[in-house]
Amino acid sequence: MSLSTAVYQTFFKRNSIFVSTVFAGAFAFGVGFDLGVTAFYDRWNAGKQWKDIRHKYVQE
Amino acid sequence: MLSRLSAGALKRAASVGPTRASTLISSSRSGSVRFASTNSSAAFENLANSRATLAGLSLFTAGSIAWYTHLYGTFPFVGEVHAGHLSDEGLHPASYPWPHSGILDTFDHASIRRGYQVYREVCAACHSLDRIAWRNLVGVSHTADEARVMAEEVEYTDGPNAEGEMFQRPGKLADYMPPPYPNEEAARAGNAGALPPDLSLIVKARHGAADYVFSLLTGYMDPPAGVEIREGMNYNPYFPGGAISMARVLFDGLVEYEDGTPATTSQMAKDVVTFLSWAAEPEHDERKKYGIKAVILFSSLTLISLYIKRFKWTSIKNRKIFYNPPVDKTH
Ligand code: HEC
Repeated sequence: MSLSTAVYQTFFKRNSIFVSTVFAGAFAFGVGFDLGVTAFYDRWNAGKQWKDIRHKYVQE
Repeated sequence: MLSRLSAGALKRAASVGPTRASTLISSSRSGSVRFASTNSSAAFENLANSRATLAGLSLFTAGSIAWYTHLYGTFPFVGEVHAGHLSDEGLHPASYPWPHSGILDTFDHASIRRGYQVYREVCAACHSLDRIAWRNLVGVSHTADEARVMAEEVEYTDGPNAEGEMFQRPGKLADYMPPPYPNEEAARAGNAGALPPDLSLIVKARHGAADYVFSLLTGYMDPPAGVEIREGMNYNPYFPGGAISMARVLFDGLVEYEDGTPATTSQMAKDVVTFLSWAAEPEHDERKKYGIKAVILFSSLTLISLYIKRFKWTSIKNRKIFYNPPVDKTH
């Protein structure tokens, strides 16, 4: 069984699986994309944001 | 009437170019097959002469002129005579390298915190900050505990209670910054008739934005020779007209920063302007982060749709149509 057949058999054949894959994929992409962009943003702005200076002022 | 006239004029003017172009094309193609069902130069001529093109171009021209006029206040290429002097407009501020000016840069939150201190200790004596509540400071420049303590130091009027009376209570996180004066009249009376404007949106409300407010705070000087400044007014070249009711308020060492930053005039001005920039645009940091996401997503989607378009059209663009004449079978 070639790869494309395997992919077709597992994800595309049944509509219920296909739709669930799309939804789960969108969710996973959303989370991952946000994590990636945030990681870049925090590195670019290292030391400037509140989370970088918060430890100086918070008393637990 | 006008559109008829100029449509005719346009046609006459346009007829020179395309004819030459079409003879060129047809000569190079003469003898070979005709490729398309439409004649491209005729199509161009149709397009150039159409009413819609004319209306579109006129609208575009009128729109550009209106936009220019709105942006710069004058018509393009039309000279003007001023009775006033350029100093009436105020000096243009220099453009300063703010830590938040880049398209990917957040505010410098340590600077916002120092700027709040400057606002509280200096500017709050005259200027209100109506649109900022104590809770807005939480997670930006102060912890929730700090903000709560600062709010509790202020008495707010609340009510009416069960007896229908107003009462005083200590502030809560949800309360807005207390104004220095109860109303505009009191504010004017306290400042020789001039109203200290609310500072919540001042950075958005002035040409030059942060650069202007910084230059204003640091730009006080003696009036140049020949410039008369009334009693109680102060000379500041950045203020339109030059004479401002607010005296210079920032002097070296006026406040003492808790993080040990030397409180020079320009440092305090920078910090308070950063604070005011945040107050005018609290969504700034989030907005830029969404901008990164939007640019990445939309450019990928654009590339994907361009690819799909080419993919779908390949078979149409690359096909060849053969004509096999019917064979005469009678012989
Ligand atoms: C003694 C009272 C007083 C203090 C303190 C004060 N101001 Fe003012 N401010 C005024 C008055 C009065 C005006 C109105 C000036 C005018 O219209 O001529 C003004 C105007 C302004 C303007 C508007 C200028 C314009 O373009 O219209 C800004 C911005 C400003 N102040 C910022 C500040 C900042 C920032 C601080 C704190 C560092 C501060 N002010 C402290 C009284 C004060």
